[in-house]
Amino acid sequence: MTLQLSDFLERHRRPLAGNLPATRISADREQWLQLAAWLRESGARLLTLWGADDRDRDGCFRICAVYLLTEGVLLVEHAMKTTEATASASYPGLAAIFPVAQRMQRAVYDLLGISAEQADGSEADRRGWLRHGGWPETCFPLRRDANGSRQHPNVSAPYPFVTVEGSGVHEIAVGPVHAGTIEPGHFRFSVVGEKMLRLEARLGYTHKGVAKLFETMPQSSGHRLAARISGDTAVAFSWAYCTALESLTATVCPPRATLLRALALEHERLANHLGDLGALGNDAGFAFGLTHFSRLKEDLLRCNTVAFGARYLLDYVLPGGVAVDLPAEAPARLLGLYSELEQSVANLRSIYDEHAGLQDRFRGTGRLQQPIAEKLGALGLVARASGIACDLRVDHPWPSYDWVATKCITQSTGDVAARVQIRFDEAFESLRLCRAFLQDIPVGPIQAPVPAAAPYRLGLGVIESWRGPVLIALEAGPDGSIRRCHAHDPSWQNWPLIEYAVIGDIVPDFPLINKSFNLSYSGQDG
Amino acid sequence: MWNTLSRMWKTGLLTEPLPVLQPSLDAPSPELDHLQSQLLAVLGRALCIRHVDAGSCNGCELEIQALHNPYYNLEGAGIQFVASPRHADLLLVTGPVSVNMEEALRRTYDAVPAPKLVMAIGDCGACGGIFGASYASRGSVANVLPVNTTVTGCPPTPTAILRGILETVRPALAKA
Ligand code: SF4
Repeated sequence: MTLQLSDFLERHRRPLAGNLPATRISADREQWLQLAAWLRESGARLLTLWGADDRDRDGCFRICAVYLLTEGVLLVEHAMKTTEATASASYPGLAAIFPVAQRMQRAVYDLLGISAEQADGSEADRRGWLRHGGWPETCFPLRRDANGSRQHPNVSAPYPFVTVEGSGVHEIAVGPVHAGTIEPGHFRFSVVGEKMLRLEARLGYTHKGVAKLFETMPQSSGHRLAARISGDTAVAFSWAYCTALESLTATVCPPRATLLRALALEHERLANHLGDLGALGNDAGFAFGLTHFSRLKEDLLRCNTVAFGARYLLDYVLPGGVAVDLPAEAPARLLGLYSELEQSVANLRSIYDEHAGLQDRFRGTGRLQQPIAEKLGALGLVARASGIACDLRVDHPWPSYDWVATKCITQSTGDVAARVQIRFDEAFESLRLCRAFLQDIPVGPIQAPVPAAAPYRLGLGVIESWRGPVLIALEAGPDGSIRRCHAHDPSWQNWPLIEYAVIGDIVPDFPLINKSFNLSYSGQDG
Repeated sequence: MWNTLSRMWKTGLLTEPLPVLQPSLDAPSPELDHLQSQLLAVLGRALCIRHVDAGSCNGCELEIQALHNPYYNLEGAGIQFVASPRHADLLLVTGPVSVNMEEALRRTYDAVPAPKLVMAIGDCGACGGIFGASYASRGSVANVLPVNTTVTGCPPTPTAILRGILETVRPALAKA
């Protein structure tokens, strides 16, 4: 069977537009499942899963999965014919093979009403993931005949959490509104004394209907929405969108703009890592760390204004290039900043390393063992902290990463301490990359014209953000419109991992563990 | 320990003056003193703010967090973020109000003691922003709660947020 499958793949897969080597293949029900099992065995990871309503074109719903392989990405599509009368469809679920598919399948159902069949015939989890009662059960907003701007009254329904029974076990419910300045989500802890036995997260609170909104926008402005899927990952998402569109239209982004995008992406990584390092110190009772790292982050943001025209770059990357050219005085200012950051971060690192109280809180806390991280498909810095070497900048470098030889940074212990060390090391590596980019910055234009993409073509953009790979799958509609745009944040993969990492730790360590993952609620909720 | 102390010593004091409401008339530092003394006179304590993310993209949160860095030194100005709405004078709301957060936002508002000051920040909070109103979003905060002031920007800068806080409390303080 293995031979047949690889033969089937080789013969039928077609090239797919994108910034990474990408191919696509159509699969029937059997092939859809067999391919998934075979890909799992060959070490591929499920990057994302989405559905589409193509009934207006060929009477089908589609389910699409993108896998990350050593040679690039593979899109597997499965079409489900549906009759006008019932307008329902189902496909073989992937959760038994790729557990990470579970929540994505629930989201696909909430938006499109196509359901995943359980491999073992067991009862599927029918609890709404994105639909909390804000729209009726019978309404599937992402269907083509659904009116996305129609408002419905909120009807809240109970959400049964899985309970743990036993003597002395009680539950703690937290959220969706939290005590600090963070995003909303609900956490249900089952505890004995202080010890966490189980954690179940309920997300979806910040669902803003991004996918439906994309379909009302022209291709030329979708990047603005992409940047706002998760504000802390704005450069990565807008770049992913733009590179998907550019690959669809055979647009060549000018070399200067490509390099500036990479510079902006590394600044985004630095800003987040500096912020997290401060917050992690603070959550472990060392407010000094927050003071000093937040100051360094502010220095960086102020330099962003000089170099890119804004503190946060939600409107920097646009189709065909970037919005603002690097002013002549910026490189000197940036090089000064990098030296200051390098010295200060090194100094703070030695302070962190030598602080016994801090290390005591970091070490062994929130441990995510490598086998679980592998099994559940961890991505990004969380995966690297558990010993999994994966970084698209290293594995599939796209321009301008193709000439800087990024170092893949890993740690083996998978605890908070490992996630702290990863951030330190990656900050230094980012500074090295920024310097390399600045040294070789080509002169020339910063924008190229982007024509409208031919209808029904699909392009992929995959960018390694500070958190992990983000993906945009963009399908063009007629006359420069967007037919379907799916965005994926690595938080989908990493949220379920926190539930494993906390087991056996105490409740007061949860904020620290959560911060060490620092996942996006908005990016997951869409 | 020596390392820590030496870093503190070398870094020194970074706090900048508060933004001025009418830049041409006020000098920066009287503004700060003035606000502090007003807050103290009226409240007898710090101004307490409760932040609620009603569905933002998390960009606005980043700039609220920046207010705590030593350059802005919010707490030094007598402004404090609190963990419970019951301790808050002012509700600082970000994001368009997602339908999934509507109820939680209303409940948080109900828990704030009178007089409830509400400030909606970011283009989303102020007018719905890029998300607007849809099956999943109620649009601006004012569509759900009575709002005193708004601060636009995507995200608004810390200085703009700080100025907005001053503008929100100033009339309330004057009345009191
Ligand atoms: S105003 Fe901008 S930064 Fe703030 S929540 Fe809206 S999109 Fe995000």
